[in-house]
Amino acid sequence: MNNLLIWPVILPLIAGMLFILLRNKIHLQRVLSVVVLAVVTGISIVLMNQIQANGIQTLQLGGWQAPFGIGLVADMFSILLVLTTSIVAFCCVVFSFKIIGKDRENHYFYSLVLFLITGINGSFLTGDLFNLYVFFEVLLLASYVLVSLGGKKVQLRETMKYVIINVLSSAFFLVGIAYMYSITGTLSLAHISVRIAEVGQDGFITTVAILFILVFGMKAGLFLFYWLPGSYSVPPAAVSALFAALLTKVGIYAIMRMFTLVFYHEPGITHLFIGILAAITMILGGIGAIGYWDINKILTYNVIIGAGFILAGFAAFTDSGTLGSIYYLIHDMIVKALIFLIGGVVVYLTGTTNLKEMSGLIRNHPYLGWMFFIAALSLIGIPPLSGFIGKVFITKGTFEAGYYWLGAIGLIASLLILYSVMKIFMNAFWGETVLSEEEEKGTTKGVMIPIALLTILTIALGIGPEFINAYVETAVESLMNPQTYIDAVFAGNDIP
Amino acid sequence: METLIAIVIGILFTIGTYLMLSNQMLRIILGLSLISHAVNLMIIIMGGLKTGGPPLLSERTKDFTDAIPQALILTAIVINFAVTAFLLVLSYRTYKKHGTDDMNNLRGNEHE
Repeated sequence: MNNLLIWPVILPLIAGMLFILLRNKIHLQRVLSVVVLAVVTGISIVLMNQIQANGIQTLQLGGWQAPFGIGLVADMFSILLVLTTSIVAFCCVVFSFKIIGKDRENHYFYSLVLFLITGINGSFLTGDLFNLYVFFEVLLLASYVLVSLGGKKVQLRETMKYVIINVLSSAFFLVGIAYMYSITGTLSLAHISVRIAEVGQDGFITTVAILFILVFGMKAGLFLFYWLPGSYSVPPAAVSALFAALLTKVGIYAIMRMFTLVFYHEPGITHLFIGILAAITMILGGIGAIGYWDINKILTYNVIIGAGFILAGFAAFTDSGTLGSIYYLIHDMIVKALIFLIGGVVVYLTGTTNLKEMSGLIRNHPYLGWMFFIAALSLIGIPPLSGFIGKVFITKGTFEAGYYWLGAIGLIASLLILYSVMKIFMNAFWGETVLSEEEEKGTTKGVMIPIALLTILTIALGIGPEFINAYVETAVESLMNPQTYIDAVFAGNDIP
Repeated sequence: METLIAIVIGILFTIGTYLMLSNQMLRIILGLSLISHAVNLMIIIMGGLKTGGPPLLSERTKDFTDAIPQALILTAIVINFAVTAFLLVLSYRTYKKHGTDDMNNLRGNEHE
């Protein structure tokens, strides 16, 4: 029992509800949202050290023991993601002060962001399948409003598609939950795992597992991603950075959790299926990324490649593949937020998303240009930066598992990422300066701090992975041994 | 009884899918709504259909109704209600802004 666990979920929720009452006090909302996210970051660091020292922490809400109650469970994997989420959200909120505009701020922008964080943290921490669905809906409903907020033609159009596809996938999520309940008679993830281990994973359970892959894959941008480039490129930069960094990662988290804890008996079918989908995703995402001249579109296709690459490492289902996936997941959250924020500033300065119409920004904005360069190198996985270590372990993991094709496609996808981000760098930052500082549509004043913070973070993660290595290894250990999770949840009680 | 409801679920899914494949926004929303109802029905038969059993378990009762699927459906209905309300408002705004409710005209930038 650890009461700290509830704070990352309810603190943003309470603050978000408070903001609805304090609608006109924008300044207070800004300060409070930053404070809330900083406090959540602090709490997750405390929790992380507690987990490292004492093992997996649980909180059975209302004192109902597992499997009867709905519990929160924090193992190292989920708390690492909660921590990264809080840091990224902190940076995006600070970034939005300057750029998001009065209209959105007056229409509950900060409330919505905090509700989104509530849903994301809740999905990471919950230990109950149906609760996972509820938190998914919390974050999705907040994201529906965030995409459409502003009410431009293109936003409304893309939100329609985004909402329809997500409502459908939620319906299928419920179908999966219904099947799981009829097979196992329980909804607690640990209990489902015990029951499935008892009866064995037969063909029917594997079919349900594939239904879950499709549902979570839809959210993660895995294979069924055709809605993603539209809806991620229409909202303003702060929102699309939050989405790119966090939303797809929730789907990836759900896949990794379900397929290490519950459906781990038939990796030859389910994990290979994830691997094939990941390979197709990387290829299609790569084609999209090199094909467009629209900066937002190129970056959103990079999100898709990232999702494919993380799950490629996971599909190998070896220790080093999973280790690489976790490293790359953390890296990807930070660097995707970074590159989307920089892309947002570029669009803000030039007033266009078309790469052919911009040129030579580096003369007036050298820091922005070089930080984009660092982010680009980090995205590809050049050694001193944070993408490298994850990429090495993912490639090693796929080779160890004998999936040479998967590792090869991952490396080819890296080349396509290189081409696509260098295209942005060459066209937007190099070349003749066409815009003098007076002609620019905005300034970089006040937006450089969050960008610099994220850049420092990606460099620090690349240079000093020893600092988090112990934590990530603990995460892998508890992911690969579902028994530790089950023992922590039941805490010595009889398993009915 | 379970078989009968399974057939009803199948019919609801069929109608929902048919409506979703059409072009009009309102039909798609109705289709989604029907599919959600089908899913709710499915959850309830997953707990087994019984009459007369109280949703309480004590040492004397032999027959009891599983209350969890009903609790799940209650939550799912509330969520579905909120999402459908949002979707209807969104489609109204989209219709007002774009002047069309045909999804074929809302495909991409080149159709604006």
